[in-house]
Amino acid sequence: MSFLSIKGAVKQFGGLRAVDGVSFTLKKGEIVGLLGPNGSGKTTLINLVSGALPATAGEIRLNGQRLTGLRRDRIARAGVARTFQLVRILPSLSLIENVKITAVFGHNAHWGRAAERVAREALEMVGLSDRAEAQAGDLTYIDQKRLELARALAAEPEILLLDEWLAGLNPTELSEGIDLIRKLHQGGLTILMVEHIIDAVRALCPRVVVMNSGQLIADEATDAALSDPSVITAYLGGEVDA
Amino acid sequence: MIRILLPLIGLALLTVLPNYISDYGLGLLIGAATYVTLASAWALFSGQTHYISLATVAFYGTGAYTVAVLNEALPYPAVLACAALIGGAMALVVGLSTLRLQGVYFVIFSFGLAELTRQLITWYEVNVTGTLGRYIFLDITTRQIYWQMLALGAATLALTAWINRSRLGLALRVIGDDETVAAHSGINLARTKLIAFVLSAMILTLAGAITSPRYVYVEPAIVFNPTVSFLTVIMALLGGANRLWGPALGAVPLFLAFEYLSSNFPDTYPIFLGLLFIGVVFLVPNGLLAKLETLTARKAPQTKEART
Repeated sequence: MSFLSIKGAVKQFGGLRAVDGVSFTLKKGEIVGLLGPNGSGKTTLINLVSGALPATAGEIRLNGQRLTGLRRDRIARAGVARTFQLVRILPSLSLIENVKITAVFGHNAHWGRAAERVAREALEMVGLSDRAEAQAGDLTYIDQKRLELARALAAEPEILLLDEWLAGLNPTELSEGIDLIRKLHQGGLTILMVEHIIDAVRALCPRVVVMNSGQLIADEATDAALSDPSVITAYLGGEVDA
Repeated sequence: MIRILLPLIGLALLTVLPNYISDYGLGLLIGAATYVTLASAWALFSGQTHYISLATVAFYGTGAYTVAVLNEALPYPAVLACAALIGGAMALVVGLSTLRLQGVYFVIFSFGLAELTRQLITWYEVNVTGTLGRYIFLDITTRQIYWQMLALGAATLALTAWINRSRLGLALRVIGDDETVAAHSGINLARTKLIAFVLSAMILTLAGAITSPRYVYVEPAIVFNPTVSFLTVIMALLGGANRLWGPALGAVPLFLAFEYLSSNFPDTYPIFLGLLFIGVVFLVPNGLLAKLETLTARKAPQTKEART
């Protein structure tokens, strides 16, 4: 049974179809990579699922509930959590407060001790619990990324959307990051991740969906997709360009 | 415990203070209490969300006008209730249509709102009722006005303290930092902003209603004076608009300074107002309270850890 289903999703910006009739589904507990060259519409698709942009056409459902047409906060409460391509933290709040907000306003709407506990667990998960009271604005880039992930986790989401969460990390941080995502997946979380780092995709995702110019060009096992001629052409350009 | 006890003792002292001061002193006290209330109520919405509103006087003036129009028709408590409801309704309508404006657009809009309200009332008075000015004759002593304003100020601070600890307060702070994150975290942006805006506006309107008997004669140019909006913003920013006591801390010294300047240098005092505005923005952009904290933290680095 499909858990997240995207049916004929379209996003039109003026004359440009950034997402052009994309359909695929995710099963509960599955981790899927969303690949494609720059400008192929991956982030736009993430924005359609999370409600950052209204879809021009198509339907997106999570666990049977229709998400298309809902406001961003309603979609968040329905169980969709996301990180941002350009990391977004709340600089004037402490780490624990940054994380607590999704526990308070998100999927399960905790308050008081329960919210505190969920937030602490999320910080613990990403390895920031020893600095819970520090100001978020003082963090390094990798720690900001960790914090953003912790915020998404504290929502206790049904599905986690990662938009190039591994980008910009050094090799050590990258392997830590991969381990962290694997741990989340093993904990039963459904994950859809936009990612350019192929090694990470191979390590984490048994299945990928590939986009090019707004359209879905592959939805198959990762090894098969990465040797698929149409995928290689999309990434490296066709014969005319080469 | 001390954080509740100390303000209560202060409030008790302020309540009996009129027994020991002159009429002039009482006038100053009312002015200071009014601006503490205005600045705190302004910060209730603008301090956390960073939506800088210059519409303070739109509500303040509306409150004063409500009393001027209704004071002979209704008993005084009912007049106050009407003022609060009118201010709240006005904020609801305005908020629904404009709270999606961000940054400078909201600032300009809020300034325009104050002017619009003034012009509308002027037009109505001239064309419909045929009189521009109105008199307020109410059987209220100066002390009663002071006590009412003191109560409203105390209620505003108590409300702010309560909001700061509530889900609403957390939501407002998140909105102030990043609305996109707020929405994707499950915060209903429109509703959160609207609640705070309406609460703030109701208090501002009540403050205008309570002080109005002091004017005796009311006309739009008097009660819709934009300086009130500007003063409120500077006061809140000086003390620290996102702190509970910040606006009050900024309001008292600035009100006294402006009283002194406007009576001694009536022609040139707007210059001081401008200089002060610039000074606050450059020297204490986060307010005196935050400045104080960073200074003490620098002197004794361990205090920051102790505080957290």
